[in-house]
Amino acid sequence: MAKKIVHEAMAMPEQDPQERIYNFKEVPLGYTPEMAIGEASRCVQCKKPVCISGCPVGIDIPEFIKLTAEGKFIEAYYKVMEKNVLPSICGRVCPQEEQCQAPCIMGIKHEPIAIGRLERFVADYAREMDKMLIPERERRIAKKVAVVGSGPAGITVAGDLAQRGYNVTMFEALHMTGGVLGYGIPEFRLPKAILAKEVNVLTQLGVDVRTNYVIGITEMIDELRAEYDAVFVGTGAGLPYFMNIPGENLNGVYSANEFLTRANLMKSYLFPQVDTPIHVGKNVAVIGGGNTAMDSVRTAKRLGAEKAYLIYRRSEVEMPARNEEIHHAKQEGIIFRLLESPVEIKGDKDGWVREIELQKMQLGEPDASGRRRPVAIEGSEYSFPIDTVIMAVGQGPNPILLNTTPGLELNRRGFIRADPVTGATSKEGVFAGGDIVSGGATVILAMGNGRQAAGAIHEYLS
Amino acid sequence: MFPILSKKILGPNVKQFVLQASAIAGKRKPGQFVILRIDLNGERFPLTIADTDVGAGTITIIFQEVGKSTFQLGTLAEGDAILDVVGPLGKATEVENYGRVVCMGGGVGVAEIYPVALAMKQAGNEVISIIGARTHSLVILESHMKQASHKLYVTTDDGSYGFQGLVTGPLNDLIADVNKKVDRVFCIGPVPMMRAVANTTKTAGIPTIVSLNPIMVDGTGMCGACRVKVGGETKFACVDGPDFDAHLVDFDLLVQRQRMYHKQEKLSWEKWKGIHENRIS
Ligand SMILES: Cc1cc2nc3c(=O)[nH]c(=O)nc-3n(C[C@H](O)[C@H](O)[C@H](O)COP(=O)(O)OP(=O)(O)OC[C@H]3O[C@@H](n4cnc5c(N)ncnc54)[C@H](O)[C@@H]3O)c2cc1C
Ligand SMILES: Cc1cc2nc3c(=O)[nH]c(=O)nc-3n(C[C@H](O)[C@H](O)[C@H](O)COP(=O)(O)OP(=O)(O)OC[C@H]3O[C@@H](n4cnc5c(N)ncnc54)[C@H](O)[C@@H]3O)c2cc1C
Ligand code: FES
Repeated sequence: MAKKIVHEAMAMPEQDPQERIYNFKEVPLGYTPEMAIGEASRCVQCKKPVCISGCPVGIDIPEFIKLTAEGKFIEAYYKVMEKNVLPSICGRVCPQEEQCQAPCIMGIKHEPIAIGRLERFVADYAREMDKMLIPERERRIAKKVAVVGSGPAGITVAGDLAQRGYNVTMFEALHMTGGVLGYGIPEFRLPKAILAKEVNVLTQLGVDVRTNYVIGITEMIDELRAEYDAVFVGTGAGLPYFMNIPGENLNGVYSANEFLTRANLMKSYLFPQVDTPIHVGKNVAVIGGGNTAMDSVRTAKRLGAEKAYLIYRRSEVEMPARNEEIHHAKQEGIIFRLLESPVEIKGDKDGWVREIELQKMQLGEPDASGRRRPVAIEGSEYSFPIDTVIMAVGQGPNPILLNTTPGLELNRRGFIRADPVTGATSKEGVFAGGDIVSGGATVILAMGNGRQAAGAIHEYLS
Repeated sequence: MFPILSKKILGPNVKQFVLQASAIAGKRKPGQFVILRIDLNGERFPLTIADTDVGAGTITIIFQEVGKSTFQLGTLAEGDAILDVVGPLGKATEVENYGRVVCMGGGVGVAEIYPVALAMKQAGNEVISIIGARTHSLVILESHMKQASHKLYVTTDDGSYGFQGLVTGPLNDLIADVNKKVDRVFCIGPVPMMRAVANTTKTAGIPTIVSLNPIMVDGTGMCGACRVKVGGETKFACVDGPDFDAHLVDFDLLVQRQRMYHKQEKLSWEKWKGIHENRIS
């Protein structure tokens, strides 16, 4: 007998928007086991599953969903872990609507299976039941690997190679590991306790984690090469861009990186219980349309902004942010000003931001990214009062390591040139992956790169 | 953790620590700094590395207690440890044999100019140093500076020691001496002092380097909190500096941005003082 089709995906309970704008607790609350079984049972188990092709790391999605539907949550979690070592994180932050859920057959007529929510559920379940998979070290290999950067790319390489038996040391410039997952993505989207558990797995695998250690400053790549048999560079895209418009150095203008670092890494939402201050006025404008912009504007709202504006030069369709973030931002009362772009920020005599001048845009021909190019409408400028401006207009490669590593070739955009499959760079024994190669991308792609590079490093050392 | 091996009181509210930090000590060059975080609730803030002992793997920091973090740091004792120290950050001062150089330090800036003077002397320069403080008890590192210089002038605002007046006094005299050219000036201190020195040497056409101290967070070029304007261009002081051409620096912007958190800093300090007043020494 054919299965009865359930048209809509199982909703995940969420904190009420009116409540959550006053706290930093996680917004989606997670499925109960019954909900997970219910959602997993919607999957029709296609003979030729197309969802897998949408997953950058090729998780056996139908199989893990089948196990979930049968209530075998731990087994389902193991299935996911075969391909994705950070499922509790990816279940929360992957752009599923563009990846695995996009080709889902159910999605043609109905809502696609909520694969991300199920991934999150099985991972959370395993963690809460204390059943996190701590892989056994296969054996000991008397070779040393240095991993530079502790974001998703670095974490994956360190974990994979430690498991294979290598002696791995992971170097991190900041005082906390996790990369963007730690300093960028806010608590209400990815609780830091979950991240800490993931990094803890590395420690249990014997990875030596050294924070406060900047490669290119505290030690050079060439020195690491002398001491280690191979080096992986996963330093991310951490250099904040500004727009080069007048007024960007006024007090009250932040890069999204600074704003989020203060709020997340330094926990300044607890000021003065903690020492790091942050400034949020009554009216806050965030410039940009990606996840970084969404995180900034929703953080500003939680820090007390009465009006939090999101200013984006294209329309909503072109926004690179995850759908869920856009949806949550709207629920939280974020004011979207689309097809507008700042031309000047104006201040008072003490150098504080007071006003922002915006120009209206219209969409023209598609540009290199395939999205329609925004074109300014002359004479459409207008100003309104603002107290804080946050620039979330993209990030580049941090030059510290690149400038101090002779022989490391870069691509035209200034990122590291690396083999797309192995991550091998122009320097022998040095591999790279994640945002430092691709430019700002996603957690899952950084992880996927890391996995491939770990395999290539293993081959290189065998 | 970074243990404090020794603690010294150099003057009222000025303290010196020697820290165990061998990786940093091995790499550090004059002009570079570290960023510290005292404990889990602490903020990240920069202090110049005043000295290093590579053999012992130690670095020396000298700081003036001005607010919550520096006062709290001052309450730590030998045997205590600092949670996070990262570095050596920033570009090193460009050390060459310029000929005759003047090294100027004001207040706790003397701790920052000391390693520069020392390096300039070792590079074969004739080093003339001018250090200034409000009053005699605030003059720090005088004997160190004497050793690092061929000649040392000390000035105090109130005339309680050395020459009365500002550091620009002896500087003007040196510039006025037509027989001996000043080839370069290095100056670290409060903004008004750096600005005054910059104005003086600009007229005289003497290349001058100042070390800027904007608010910093990561210290690695990741946040842009430390934006300064030099020659009309925005720079990140933690990676592009902290040394810059004094004649091109927008000092007004520096002062404006340093004030960004005055209200919060005051709140933080008063809250801390309310509980810990008795621990301040
Ligand atoms: C605010 C924000 C929100 C995002 N939201 C999402 C999302 O919802 N979903 C999604 O898929 N992606 C999201 N992204 C993108 C995603 O976070 C990144 O693509 C991913 O983190 C890249 O991983 P990575 O390991 O390459 O680098 P990163 O995560 O950037 O980690 C690099 C690490 O290396 C360290 N480092 C840098 N230089 C050095 C050095 N010289 N020595 C030692 N350590 C160094 C850095 O301090 C950092 O910890 C977001 C990005 C931002 C900024
Ligand atoms: C490159 C550099 C090197 C420095 N070297 C020394 C040194 O060797 N000795 C020394 O005594 N001081 C030094 N400073 C200044 C020192 O960092 C500040 O005095 C200290 O951060 C003040 O913190 P607080 O909590 O005690 O005082 P607060 O009351 O919080 O601040 C007092 C003033 O210090 C500045 N300040 C506050 N927080 C920061 C921060 N995170 N980063 C930078 N400045 C801040 C602000 O302008 C503020 O108005 C240096 C600063 C820089 C940028
Ligand atoms: S302190 Fe963050 S970029 Fe300089």
